[in-house]
Amino acid sequence: MAIAMRIRAGNGDIRILMTHPSENGLRKDAKSGQLVPAHFVKNMTVVVNGKTVLYGQLGGGISKDPYHAFKVRGMKTGDKVTVTAEDNTGDKGSIETSAS
Amino acid sequence: MNTTRRLLLKSAASAGLIATAVAAGLLKPGQALADWNSAGFSATKPADALAAIGAGGATPSPDIVVKTPDIAENGAVVPVEVVTTLVNVESIAILGEKNAYPLVALYTLSDFDGSLSTRIKLGQTANVRAVVKAGGKIYTATKEVKVTVGGCGG
Repeated sequence: MAIAMRIRAGNGDIRILMTHPSENGLRKDAKSGQLVPAHFVKNMTVVVNGKTVLYGQLGGGISKDPYHAFKVRGMKTGDKVTVTAEDNTGDKGSIETSAS
Repeated sequence: MNTTRRLLLKSAASAGLIATAVAAGLLKPGQALADWNSAGFSATKPADALAAIGAGGATPSPDIVVKTPDIAENGAVVPVEVVTTLVNVESIAILGEKNAYPLVALYTLSDFDGSLSTRIKLGQTANVRAVVKAGGKIYTATKEVKVTVGGCGG
């Protein structure tokens, strides 16, 4: 299943919210008592106008529905911002926007 | 194509093998599997995780501020902001020092402008550590978060 994302970019600021369970493989299901298999976003890449400004290696310690916000120097209105992500099961997601 | 890396990616679900490969000098730490630092993410002690990301000798710096709530009622969602006045930031790592796997995230950055936020899980009251590589040097800072309900399962 594709990783769903939302993005906002503008004023030198990029904010990304992904929809993902972010299971670290250590949590037990309350009903079955079985460990819930690890399922977390492993990599994310944020590109502004063709230049990678953030490459994230993530672990299961990131909260459910991973949120990232960070500041980028020199970002201008209209800059193309692309985010791609992949989880440990090979599911991928991407989103693109123009900086406001 | 880097066949060593391919081979490792295929066969080495086990972190032990990668750790061995690192120890044997087959892979340079930090450079090893640049895609995802298996040794770092599977380390169970903060010191081992720091060593795996090449941050063993990080210098404490007042130029890094780790912003978190003082008390997290829900350890499953702890907002963390790393703010730094250091210039030429190349990477930032975030660790929850008492988590089963302390390394939470490792970011490689360009044109970074001083602030990075995310939300992490903390299993219990612990220091959140940020490691910032800037201008080829490695700096670090921590902030303690009191957790009333843990967020790491188990």
